Amino acid sequence: MDVDYSAEALAFRDEVCAFLRDNLPGDLRRKVIEHRHLKREDYMRWQDILAARGWLAGHWPKEFGGQGWNHVQAHIFDDETSVAGAPRVVPFGINMVAPVIMAFGTPRQKEVYLTGIRTNKHWWCQGYSEPGAGSDLASLKTRAELSGDGTHYVINGQKTWTTMAHWADMMFCLVRTASDGRKQEGISFLLIDMKTPGITVRPFLTLDEDHSLNDVFFDNVRVPVENRVGEEGKGWTYAKFLLGFERTVVAGLGGSKRELATLKRIAATEMRNGRPLAEDPRFAAKLALAEIELMALDMTVMRVLSSRSKSPGPEASILKIKGTVLQQTLTELMMEAAGPYALPFVPEAQDSLADGVGPAHAAQLAATYFNWRKVSIFGGSNEIQKNIIAKAVLGL
Amino acid sequence: MDLSFNDDQKQLQDALAKFIERDYGFDRRRAHQLAAEGFSREAWTQFADMGLLALPFAEADGGLGGGAAEMLVVMTAIGNGLIVEPYLATVVLAGGAIARAGNAAQRQELLGAIAGGRLIAAVAFEEPGARYDLAQVATTATKNAGGYVISGNKAVVLHGAQADRLVVSARTAGAAGDAKGISLFVIERGAPGMAVRDYRTIDGLRAADIAFDGVRVPAANRLGNGEFEEGGAFAVIDAVADAGAAALCAEAVGVMESLNRQTLEYMKGRQQFGQPIGAFQVLQHRAVDMFIHAEQSKSMAYLAAIKAPVVDRADATSAKERRRAVSAAKVHIGNSGRVIAQEAIQLHGGMGMTNELAASHYAKRLTMIDFVLGDSAHHLARFEAA
Repeated sequence: MDVDYSAEALAFRDEVCAFLRDNLPGDLRRKVIEHRHLKREDYMRWQDILAARGWLAGHWPKEFGGQGWNHVQAHIFDDETSVAGAPRVVPFGINMVAPVIMAFGTPRQKEVYLTGIRTNKHWWCQGYSEPGAGSDLASLKTRAELSGDGTHYVINGQKTWTTMAHWADMMFCLVRTASDGRKQEGISFLLIDMKTPGITVRPFLTLDEDHSLNDVFFDNVRVPVENRVGEEGKGWTYAKFLLGFERTVVAGLGGSKRELATLKRIAATEMRNGRPLAEDPRFAAKLALAEIELMALDMTVMRVLSSRSKSPGPEASILKIKGTVLQQTLTELMMEAAGPYALPFVPEAQDSLADGVGPAHAAQLAATYFNWRKVSIFGGSNEIQKNIIAKAVLGL
Repeated sequence: MDLSFNDDQKQLQDALAKFIERDYGFDRRRAHQLAAEGFSREAWTQFADMGLLALPFAEADGGLGGGAAEMLVVMTAIGNGLIVEPYLATVVLAGGAIARAGNAAQRQELLGAIAGGRLIAAVAFEEPGARYDLAQVATTATKNAGGYVISGNKAVVLHGAQADRLVVSARTAGAAGDAKGISLFVIERGAPGMAVRDYRTIDGLRAADIAFDGVRVPAANRLGNGEFEEGGAFAVIDAVADAGAAALCAEAVGVMESLNRQTLEYMKGRQQFGQPIGAFQVLQHRAVDMFIHAEQSKSMAYLAAIKAPVVDRADATSAKERRRAVSAAKVHIGNSGRVIAQEAIQLHGGMGMTNELAASHYAKRLTMIDFVLGDSAHHLARFEAA
């Protein structure tokens, strides 16, 4: 039993770190470290760099154009790119719809969409939540009815909370194709071109005045039947498959390592009673407890990576809960560390590298704190994760 | 990186589970606990036969060369079965100190006797008022012709009265608080000038407060005599205490897993308002929190076991890294242990308040582990300083 990477894994890590040193643009890195908002072109620039190296889909199997990285390599890549301050890879295509297409898609879907994702040509968004279907996702109502000639589905309804829909080329979408029987039945999984007539994307702002979320309306939107993944009525199965696919990414470990380092830098700069905040016993204790939580999360990720079972277990729920709570703790401590300069709100400084008011590190901290309240809500709220563990593990 | 158990380790795990099921039920455990010595010599002999008492020591010292995984397996089982025999005191702490600081003759004699189940041993490191700081040694060892004279007081020595030999920290130079100037001595039970106050601990073990008043020990009883200079034992004490804390972390995980299992069983069986109380979501989420605390604690216990071996190894990590890992684990497990113990009692309702319920005893042990070898507050400060 040991906790050290193999020589092979260490060599891979060196390769990733060297690549990051040579290829991660400084302005993007600064935006990430300083919690500024990234634009579509920021994400695309970084993903083009990764795609050129063959690493955008490095963890995909080789038969689909990936590098065939194992779990440990995929983890190392995710960890090191996050620690270095690279923009995150937008997950909807690479990590979410791609495994579903690999497992259940037609040869044509694999050819067109997996290629589009791997080469960074298609930006995807996720059409799951609806105004009446949040945690209770299976009660979704967006209807898909077969056209008279049987060649198209005609979609009517509304999706909401759709992240980056305004930048997306494609949406993977859960729709209701039948309404009799259990509500989990009668759901189908469709791939929808966002340029199809009848789709309206309407933005709304989150509490930090950021636009990343949207409502998406469907008014008689015609989607070719060949864009359905798998069987009609089996969409819920595919959606659940997707949720369990990424077992460790959900922990956000690399990002929390980066944020802890940022927090320590801020706490070394900010002063209390004439000494660095980091030396204030009360603040130091909070910081140490957060660091210990990070160590525990890290070790749990390592345990998951070295477990030999292939089927995703409840660990994804544990990692989601502990990972998101830690992320929120770190944003809270950073905001606390900023002191009164947490208050000024300068939108230009959010959306570009323009100066804010007060210390440079302080400008985004309160906005980030408020924005990060989302992480315990999305992707299956932490309460839903607890329901899953209660049922699946504890047998309650 | 490998955080799984191999087949041999799994076999050991199974053997221990069978032992607890067959020979160490709750009533048996209570009988051991209330016996004159506070534990069972018969069980101790069984441990020797299973190889547990030789497990962590080097093969050259008559041991089996077990590492982190083996210690995790044994200590977790000790927690699962709420085992009261002095494994921590004898094998991990005293054995660890002798293995690290002893000279060849001492290692051969004492470790051989421990491995064979012939010797119960304990460490007397902590002093009244020292509050977990093991450099706060006011006990003195004054050189005289042919040996040392030891005077001072030791506090809450685990299994101190049952030990045939004590490993005692005493100052050969310097002042209380100095890391330098501390040596370790082996003192036989009943040595003239020793006064032992033996008592039960609230979690079912034994401990003693021990006063040394001019106790004479021969020079040959200083650990490392002839091999290591006197006054340099603090690094060993620190490493041994870390191995002990790591072992306690694994024991705590075993207690947590048992206690959570018992609590779940109770939630599924206990009917109120016409349904099992486990059907209530407000209680389900609390049970999930207990489960997550135990899983995260297990992760930290693995880290501590890997970074803090009982005996010194060629590939040992730096002392700084070891301290950081062990203190982080002890903080995490101290906090999680308190939460799980409190919740287990609460979810058992009135039953949780009774002394006849096994879960109550698991809750007591889990809570009190935090008070051994440094509590959460002590280790949080140590983590910050590391």
